[in-house]
Amino acid sequence: MHQHEPVGGKLLTPTFLVALALAAVGAFFIAERFTGGLGAVANINDAYPWGIWVTIDVVVGTAFGCAGYAIALVVYILNKGEYHPLVRPALLASLFGYGLAGLAVLIDLGRYWHFYHMFMPWLANTNSVMLEVGLCVAAYTGVLFVEFLPAFLEKFGLRCARKTLNKALFIFIAAGVLLPTMHQSSLGSMLVILGQKVSPLWQTQFLPVLFLASALLMGFAFVIVESILASLAFNRPLETPILGKLTGLMSVLLAGFVALRVLDLVFRGAFGHAFAGDLRATMFWIELALHVLPLVLMLPAGSRRSPRTLFAAAGLLLAGGILYRINAYLVGYEPVSIGWHYFPSVKEILVTVGIFSFEVVLYHLFVKRLPVLPKPEHA
Amino acid sequence: MADGHFDLSDEPSTDIERLGDLDSYEGALGGLNRRDFLKYCTGIAATLGLSPAFGIKIAEAATSAMRPPVVWLSGQACTGCVESLLRAQHPTLETLILDQISLEYLETLNIGAGHQAENWKANAIKQFYGKYVLVVDGAIPTKDGGIYCKVAGHTFKESVEEAAKGAAAVIALGSCASWGGIPSAGPNPTGAVPAKDIVKDKPVVTIPGCPSSPYNFLSTVLHFIAFGKLPALDDKGRPKFAYGRLIHENCERRPHFDAGRFAVEFGDNGHRQGWCLYKLGCKGPETYNNCSTLGFGDVGESSWPVAAGHPCFGCSEKGVGFTKGIHQLASVQTYAPPAAFPTVDGDKGAGASTGSVAVAAGLVGAAVGAGAVVASRLGKTDAAPKDGE
Amino acid sequence: MDISRRKFLTRAATLPAAAAAAAAAAAVPEEAQALQRDAKHLPAEAIGLLYDSTLCVGCKACVTACKEINHLSPITGGVQPGWNDGTWDAAEDLSAKTWNIIKVYQNGTGATKDAEVDGHAFVKRQCLHCADPSCVSCCPVSANTKDGLSGIVKHNADRCIGCRYCVFACPFGIPKYDYNDAFGEIHKCQLCAPRLAEGQLPGCADVCPTGATLFGRTADLKKEAERRLALKPGDAFVAPRGDLARTLGGDRPGHETAAKTYRPHVYGATEVGGTQCLMLSAVDFGKLGMPTGLPDHSHASESEGIQHTLYKGMAAPAALLAGLVYLAKRNAGGDEDGDKHG
Repeated sequence: MHQHEPVGGKLLTPTFLVALALAAVGAFFIAERFTGGLGAVANINDAYPWGIWVTIDVVVGTAFGCAGYAIALVVYILNKGEYHPLVRPALLASLFGYGLAGLAVLIDLGRYWHFYHMFMPWLANTNSVMLEVGLCVAAYTGVLFVEFLPAFLEKFGLRCARKTLNKALFIFIAAGVLLPTMHQSSLGSMLVILGQKVSPLWQTQFLPVLFLASALLMGFAFVIVESILASLAFNRPLETPILGKLTGLMSVLLAGFVALRVLDLVFRGAFGHAFAGDLRATMFWIELALHVLPLVLMLPAGSRRSPRTLFAAAGLLLAGGILYRINAYLVGYEPVSIGWHYFPSVKEILVTVGIFSFEVVLYHLFVKRLPVLPKPEHA
Repeated sequence: MADGHFDLSDEPSTDIERLGDLDSYEGALGGLNRRDFLKYCTGIAATLGLSPAFGIKIAEAATSAMRPPVVWLSGQACTGCVESLLRAQHPTLETLILDQISLEYLETLNIGAGHQAENWKANAIKQFYGKYVLVVDGAIPTKDGGIYCKVAGHTFKESVEEAAKGAAAVIALGSCASWGGIPSAGPNPTGAVPAKDIVKDKPVVTIPGCPSSPYNFLSTVLHFIAFGKLPALDDKGRPKFAYGRLIHENCERRPHFDAGRFAVEFGDNGHRQGWCLYKLGCKGPETYNNCSTLGFGDVGESSWPVAAGHPCFGCSEKGVGFTKGIHQLASVQTYAPPAAFPTVDGDKGAGASTGSVAVAAGLVGAAVGAGAVVASRLGKTDAAPKDGE
Repeated sequence: MDISRRKFLTRAATLPAAAAAAAAAAAVPEEAQALQRDAKHLPAEAIGLLYDSTLCVGCKACVTACKEINHLSPITGGVQPGWNDGTWDAAEDLSAKTWNIIKVYQNGTGATKDAEVDGHAFVKRQCLHCADPSCVSCCPVSANTKDGLSGIVKHNADRCIGCRYCVFACPFGIPKYDYNDAFGEIHKCQLCAPRLAEGQLPGCADVCPTGATLFGRTADLKKEAERRLALKPGDAFVAPRGDLARTLGGDRPGHETAAKTYRPHVYGATEVGGTQCLMLSAVDFGKLGMPTGLPDHSHASESEGIQHTLYKGMAAPAALLAGLVYLAKRNAGGDEDGDKHG
């Protein structure tokens, strides 16, 4: 049985301050977006209505947030209790990933003051994949908060409330597995309706499966990366053995993902596009390499004992997942009107950087002040 | 001379004497004083698209002794072109034919008649061989040996062929001479052809129109007098200064076309409001002429058909006037890409800027760099437990 | 017990994968359509426009009329190099302020109209009012709706949350968001629905001098389009103007013109399950910037098919949730701290 405890220590470290400054810069441009319109800050245009705010902040951001989903699935549903120490930090990552994705959505929504229309049953369009994603993400953010609540309750010594919550927690845990299953696959389904507007390299009816698998992979990868970074940053012992065990499951999933990805292309007859020699083909190969490399790294049994290999594999896999999402949503996207370009503006990038920096700020705050990370067993 | 003609060779000296004093001799200037005459010549220069300085040159040329002899042949024509020329006021006809050119032969204006007139023509052609200007108005019938138009026992075709041999320049006046006009309209019973189909060995200037604007003709002639050569012509032999643009391009009703305001039938609200006549069949969008800038004749710029409320029917344009139905729609020729239309595939949107690429690359680089640093630190921890073991 | 449970769990966890595997078995296109929901058909009284590129003279009266009727401000400062220095309204593409635009295809000298080589051709872009619109299917808050009678696809800004999914999804790139407004709206052609209600023609069909934009019932327009396709190049025919049925906008005379060498296809007849606005051209539709190679079923039917197959009216998620609750209760719920396995 293990306990959690706050890491403690000084809050105002250089990393914290830099992240805070970047978050402030992002906030400045967010303010500009709300006064001058989306066009004042972002380069999104009539042909590219969705830029990096959707692709990176939301589609990639929530995939980072799948850490909690992946671990909860393993611990509570597949009943692998040995991973339990990873649960709370993973939930924290998820809470931030989803909470800030929600913030990014509000920034990106053109008519944000109407956002509550999503929750009005008489306006609901059950055919809309977006509605499902929106509702699931909102519900899951709430679930995540409840799941993470024990950390707060412990911090403030509310043991009674903690006990009450525990009795019902399993419902939230179940919902916390169901909801991401739904919306992470739906993030893939979202592109199906675009039809020919997404390059055949990415457009397939398997998008929901691929996105779900990719989300789980990114979730696991994020758990590994986060754990190692936290260990290094806060001078804590590495959790190598437990992380190493994760790679077995990941390898199978990753092999399945790569196989489905390639076979789907071959069977649809779209593999030829990978040899077109254009930007899309290049990005496809980089993306594929970033999925195959981690697989190669993780396969030897010895690799599971080396934190360096683990970190490299997880990092590459994370990059691969990010690229898969960027590719599907932006690089593979072909507007109807010919001749349009999109590349994020500096301000646009700084807003995204600001949001992720804000995540770092909150992470520091939480792990140093709340019982999130497992108490080192030999401490 | 025996036949009553006076000797042309005597004339030049008399002219020089007469023109020695421009200010006192009014006749030479068509009743204008010197100032007004120069104004007129400057106006002609402007019509030709030349600088006002050329007005002086034109004035000098117009009053010089060397009046170019002109032989004018009328064939299958209604005389409308000549009639409209008669009504030109600057210069007036008498100024033109007595002072600016030396009109040797024109059936409508000949003083003599019969053999007298024909002899004069034959003499002029002989005397000014290679120097005179041949003007042809009217189409030339070719069917059945060209018998459908004969003057003095000769078919018109023969007359044109004969006169064209010694002509320094050939001007086809009116649509009939320019491209066939009414006589050539289907089913063209006389096999009417334009002058350029008969005169093939030298360039034929065409001044189409039905009737043609007298000032397009006068400006061409004065250009020839002033510079000794013809103005710049397009591929159909039309002077570019007059026929370089579509009527549609400078039409006073053009804003209505652009704004989608069309008269739909005669007398409807749009018609009374002076809206565009395109829907009534206006051929301005496919007819090259300067009516919309110059008007017609001397009544003023409100005198041309479109100003009067009738659609242009393309009288000067081959394949339009007398060919298309009056209410048939013109096929608009204003297309001048890329000045007026967005292209299907034009460059749009904000691409990568140096700054944004640098920031993006910086971020990716920072991530990779941080990853490498962490990996290297982990390398040490990798090694550490092994050492310990 | 353990083993069997593990098996069950493995299956449960891969449920969506299994569902998709069923789809995978259908990698063959015909079978893949098993995932589509049934096609939606046009309302019987569906109305639309027939745009005949060969009749269009590029006067842009429709662009002007559209702006005037819908109170849209002019677009001046363009970025397309070489034209429009900001002196007059000259939009480059559809935008929040331009719902209808005439663009030009040009090749070489551009001299011959409706020729692909050394020629030019016009194309009118506006909402085609699909039979089964992606924008209606994808909108989370029902801001885009298709009229049950006229089939007009309308947008209601009072519902819209501005997610721009419709902009992203539209196969013809029609809805546009106003990026330069802090309180921007999505805009698109609504076939002048308010004018139709007053018995007037849609602005673009009303002002078109040549009948290149012709209003009518989609079924009638299709017949008219097929009549033109049946003509031999050069054949004279009377092109109707305004309303094909000659009811709206008064009884207008047609005009006689000659048929061009039409491409043997009525654009919009089959594209993404059919559209209410149709198009004829003598130049390849792809060259005119129209998306080609579109399937004859709608993207919406595909997307909704997948989504509803996976979810089965929320029954599948509910069943999954029940299983998950059971397992979570087993594995975590019995433990005081939720830390049973620590």
